Amino acid sequence: MVTAQSPETEQYNVIGTRPIRPDGVDKVTGAAQYGADLQLPGMLAGRVLRSPHAHANIKSIDTSKAEALDGVLAVVVNADFPRAADKDVDTGEGSANLKWVLDNVIASDKVLYKGHAVAAVAATDHHIAEDALELIEVEYDLLTPVLDVRDAMVDGSPLLHDSLHTSELDGSKSDSPSNTASHLQFTKGEIDAGFDEADVVIEREFETSMAHQGYIETHNGTAYWRADGTLDIYTSTQGAFPVRDQVSALMQLSQSQVKVTPMEIGGGFGGKIPVYLEPLAALLSQKTGRPVKLTMNREEVLLATGPTSGTYMRVRMGAKRDGTITAAEVHLAFEAGAYPGSPVGAGAMCSLAPYDIPNQKIDGYDVVVNKPKTAAYRAPGAPQAEFATESVLNELAEELGLDPLEMRLSNASVEGNTTAAGMPFGVIGNVDCMTAAQQSPHWQSELEGPDRGRGVAQGFWFNIGFESSAYGQVNGDGQVSLVLGSTDIGGTRASIAMQLAETLGIAAEDVHPQVVDTASVGFTQVTGGSRTTFAGGWAAYECAMDIRNQMAQRAAQIWEVDEDTVEYGDDAIIRGPADEDGNPREISFKDLAAQLPTSGGHIVGRADVNKTSSGPAFATHIVDVEVDRDTGKVEILRYTAVQDAGTAIHPAYVEGQMQGGVAQGVGMALNEEYYYDESGDLKNASLLDYRMPTALDLPMIETNIVEVPNPGHPYGVRGVGEVPIIPPAPAVRAAIANAIGVHMTELPMSPRAILEATTLGGD
Amino acid sequence: MASEHVVVNCTINGENQVFLANERDSLLEALRDRIGLTGVKEGCNNGNCGACCVNMDGRIVNSCLVMAAECEGAQIRTVEGLADGDQLSPLQNAFLEQAALQCGICTPGFLVAAEALLEQNPDPTEHEIRYWLAGNLCRCTGYDKIIKAVQQAAGQSVV
Amino acid sequence: MQAVKYARASSVEEAISLLQEGGDGARPLAGGTDVIVQARERTRDISLFVDIKHIPELIGIDHSADGLTIGAATPCYQIYGDDKIQSDYPILVDSCSLIGGTAIQGRASLGGNLCNSSPAADGIPSLIVLEAQVEIAGPNGRRSVPVEDFCTAPGRNVLAAGEFVTKLTFPAPAGGSGARFLRFIPRNEMDIAVTNAATQLRLNGDGSVAWARVSIGAVAPTPLLVADAAAALIGQPLSEQTIAAAADASRAAANPITDMRGSIRQRVHLAGVLTERTIRQAAERAA
Ligand SMILES: Cc1cc2nc3c(=O)[nH]c(=O)nc-3n(C[C@H](O)[C@H](O)[C@H](O)COP(=O)(O)OP(=O)(O)OC[C@H]3O[C@@H](n4cnc5c(N)ncnc54)[C@H](O)[C@@H]3O)c2cc1C
Ligand code: FES
Ligand code: FES
Repeated sequence: MVTAQSPETEQYNVIGTRPIRPDGVDKVTGAAQYGADLQLPGMLAGRVLRSPHAHANIKSIDTSKAEALDGVLAVVVNADFPRAADKDVDTGEGSANLKWVLDNVIASDKVLYKGHAVAAVAATDHHIAEDALELIEVEYDLLTPVLDVRDAMVDGSPLLHDSLHTSELDGSKSDSPSNTASHLQFTKGEIDAGFDEADVVIEREFETSMAHQGYIETHNGTAYWRADGTLDIYTSTQGAFPVRDQVSALMQLSQSQVKVTPMEIGGGFGGKIPVYLEPLAALLSQKTGRPVKLTMNREEVLLATGPTSGTYMRVRMGAKRDGTITAAEVHLAFEAGAYPGSPVGAGAMCSLAPYDIPNQKIDGYDVVVNKPKTAAYRAPGAPQAEFATESVLNELAEELGLDPLEMRLSNASVEGNTTAAGMPFGVIGNVDCMTAAQQSPHWQSELEGPDRGRGVAQGFWFNIGFESSAYGQVNGDGQVSLVLGSTDIGGTRASIAMQLAETLGIAAEDVHPQVVDTASVGFTQVTGGSRTTFAGGWAAYECAMDIRNQMAQRAAQIWEVDEDTVEYGDDAIIRGPADEDGNPREISFKDLAAQLPTSGGHIVGRADVNKTSSGPAFATHIVDVEVDRDTGKVEILRYTAVQDAGTAIHPAYVEGQMQGGVAQGVGMALNEEYYYDESGDLKNASLLDYRMPTALDLPMIETNIVEVPNPGHPYGVRGVGEVPIIPPAPAVRAAIANAIGVHMTELPMSPRAILEATTLGGD
Repeated sequence: MASEHVVVNCTINGENQVFLANERDSLLEALRDRIGLTGVKEGCNNGNCGACCVNMDGRIVNSCLVMAAECEGAQIRTVEGLADGDQLSPLQNAFLEQAALQCGICTPGFLVAAEALLEQNPDPTEHEIRYWLAGNLCRCTGYDKIIKAVQQAAGQSVV
Repeated sequence: MQAVKYARASSVEEAISLLQEGGDGARPLAGGTDVIVQARERTRDISLFVDIKHIPELIGIDHSADGLTIGAATPCYQIYGDDKIQSDYPILVDSCSLIGGTAIQGRASLGGNLCNSSPAADGIPSLIVLEAQVEIAGPNGRRSVPVEDFCTAPGRNVLAAGEFVTKLTFPAPAGGSGARFLRFIPRNEMDIAVTNAATQLRLNGDGSVAWARVSIGAVAPTPLLVADAAAALIGQPLSEQTIAAAADASRAAANPITDMRGSIRQRVHLAGVLTERTIRQAAERAA
């Protein structure tokens, strides 16, 4: 294990080191309590009945036989919920119409995708609950499903929502209802003039399949509706506060009546931001007066939660002979799933951001189809959009005979540039990643052997900030109990605690972070958007500064000197003016902590931050592949991920985010897809047939952390979780082209797709 | 549809256990719901992910694909049995030191599987490790650090 | 999970009577890696598991001068861990070491693979080219069926009510023979075959093919014995042409469907590719 600190972090004591994570032991002994592990006295088990059809009107639901089954205590349907207001609610990844949130949790008059929930049962055990599902009789009136984004956009296509009209660029709404929920556009310069300047123009169309986050823990939600009208929720979520706000809105409770306890969470990647089971568990608990735990099985997860959008995309890009890109036009049509809200906006913002292209036009369409409502998935929208743009850029470089990294460098966005979406760049590591990739042993090496190829691609994600909270109590033993609201999916307890320790000048091991419920800490946004180490760390920094001030004040009080004369040093020594005898007045953090109880009481530091800034992240990936021409199978031979992490607080977890992102990106590139038949039935709703990479499908993933500290953060943090999922697909595509001369136009680039593009010819 | 219950006698983590299981319970359900060993995780409930991996009579199995009633007389070892009191096993320590877990939901299955590998092959190659662990899915780590943790526990030098 | 009961049989007779009493819903349980999933997904009506792996004759591997006998419920790991199987029947190692992952192989049996009768089963083509005999016990006594006649349709086979498979027997390998099984899957493990294939052949001293058997899977309702592919090989030198002719025969025999695992054209194409590859690699083993 590499334990040395990087040159950028040598100035620090804690930041840049690799302590064992505080929650580690519980997670290797099986003691950690994830959502499904919870047992409460008198708890009931629940199951959800789901639609077998992709698009149908519900004519009737008869639950009487299920209710009569021995051991069944309650059955609920949409009509049992309070009527949801037609207003927006914060969902942790933006906002959504409350009625649609409820209808996605449980269908009202219409089912909009296979797996759409229609009823939920609570019983004394889950076997009985499952039996009860078979006794619920639902009558459907089948409607034609709309399964492809382009079909859905056509006039006359069957409509999912009669009330949905296209929101146009000027804020107006289309006259007639449509499956296109909205159209957005970013422009810069003069697009036609830009293409006129180009010597070479390449235009390509792409299609990508829906892909799932694929967290290994399935969804769960436990609720206990107490007799006094308060509601406790326990769930594996990326954001306890957004769950609280959505559940209270749906159940028409006040926020203060609902307490959400985030359990340990087995992965999320954006997919555990929406609520699915929590409101159902709440209503079942209200009806039965007992705690109710609902869990999904894997099939339900794949059918009814998450995925990221399938897309149709078109990119046209023009460049001069010397490689200067003069114009780029991007058309993005994203499947939102059953309700509006695809990440097309973020995709559009990111699509061309790594490059300073004078003339741009980017159009995005958010389109509903009869597939599950999409959820955020790691850099939502960017992997698709940048697959399209990076792919065309690679082809341009090939056409012009230019080195793809050189071409990127000569067009790279730098400090002072502004994207088409109006995002100004400050200090960024875009060029730094490209040059580090150029100098990497991988790029410098020769690739030998037949049917092998190398590809490279860039990735960009903006990252977000927003609200985080941190409370730190100084204990008499000189250690700090740190209370956080961010669920820890990948080591954020460690990386936030380390920033508190650094600020206080104490050891990482002396900080004890806890993730607590919504009644025990200030509002904290979701763990997502690569924001947690950034904003949570900032809160920890401010919390520590608060502690420093209070400790200095206390010392002043003990020494009976003026507060202004006392200072808290970065070495965790509090120093005052010399005493009458000229001896220095100083006391260590630990010694002063021991005196707190007898000198006026304990000290609690607090910080609640709300940051609208963030630190954009860039990455450059290099991949070598070998293609089996006879079978179309692609083997990843070597992979290098270069990424600007800003300051790498805990480098091992930064590397882990990079490697995990690469694995998901490679999965999206090669095999992961939602395979629907024409009736809208998802045929591969299992982890056997939804093919995520296994240990045997990947090589070691070489990481190269570039540290360009973010000047907009006390410790230079940028956020690292999302950008590494972006470059794999375009890099793999380029490597395949380099190996066998075929430019793929779809994701995944599965063996079948590659065979069809080569030996077998198109359909 | 009513189901009956069965009494099962077996040894779990070295302790004799007698428990009442629903006849329909899998070993996974019995361990989690009847005995309270929730370190054993469910990721797919059909043999595809390895999160529920336990050692049964010296072999790793997916506990979701074993009926509880089948376990009469069996020797079972779960993640809860890996440490010796508060002494973590070398593999557990290696997972912590190599940062081989992010969310940690796959970790119990990987630990049980990797322990069985090292018992029968104390010095595995990278390919052998990857092959042995191919039935254990991890979505967070890209496997790199998991493989390195196993290498570390095998006493191999890890870069 | 369906409301399913469990009974452990300790003898062949007990298993037969349990299966008879249980009626249509009774199913033998070997490794359970197919049948437990089916009961959980409620895809088949299953009301009783008859656990057959505690019957002594169903577990174990026996080598004799006549050949090899494998108890029907013997788990894969025991099969590929057996020294003599590794040296004399490496094609069984091919099949057994890629069914599922390590944990599946701790339980999954060849008998279960066969009786589940999936067109894509990775054990069956190897059994077919090895000329395995299926030993069956039932209310009317014992009988034996050549493995290629065992499966009748997806999920269906020749077993009558109350019958089950006790053993698989294999002739001793002839000198100069070699066999290879391959499958194509998009991942490197944990996948169901898009197409699979097995070849066994015996070479003459001059390198020509004395005898051959070729089988392909996931390209028809049952795994196929491709007689025409064997005919294309027998008596011929192992030239590119001969191998191509055998591959053509496999492609001609393939009659697949399109589903989420593969398309018709992809499967037909792969039947040819895998036939070629198994022939070459079987020949290497024969040499
Ligand atoms: C994750 C996963 C991956 C898999 N991967 C593969 C793969 O790569 N390749 C592959 O071919 N299969 C695969 N399978 C399927 C399965 O593992 C194999 O078919 C296995 O060989 C079945 O054996 P078993 O002993 O577990 O059978 P069981 O599930 O016990 O039985 C299967 C069927 O056969 C019947 N049966 C079992 N034994 C007998 C007998 N002696 N007489 C009569 N009937 C009997 C049962 O009643 C049942 O209908 C996979 C399964 C899973 C869950
Ligand atoms: S839960 Fe058993 S293998 Fe996934
Ligand atoms: S650490 Fe999250 S699935 Fe492996």
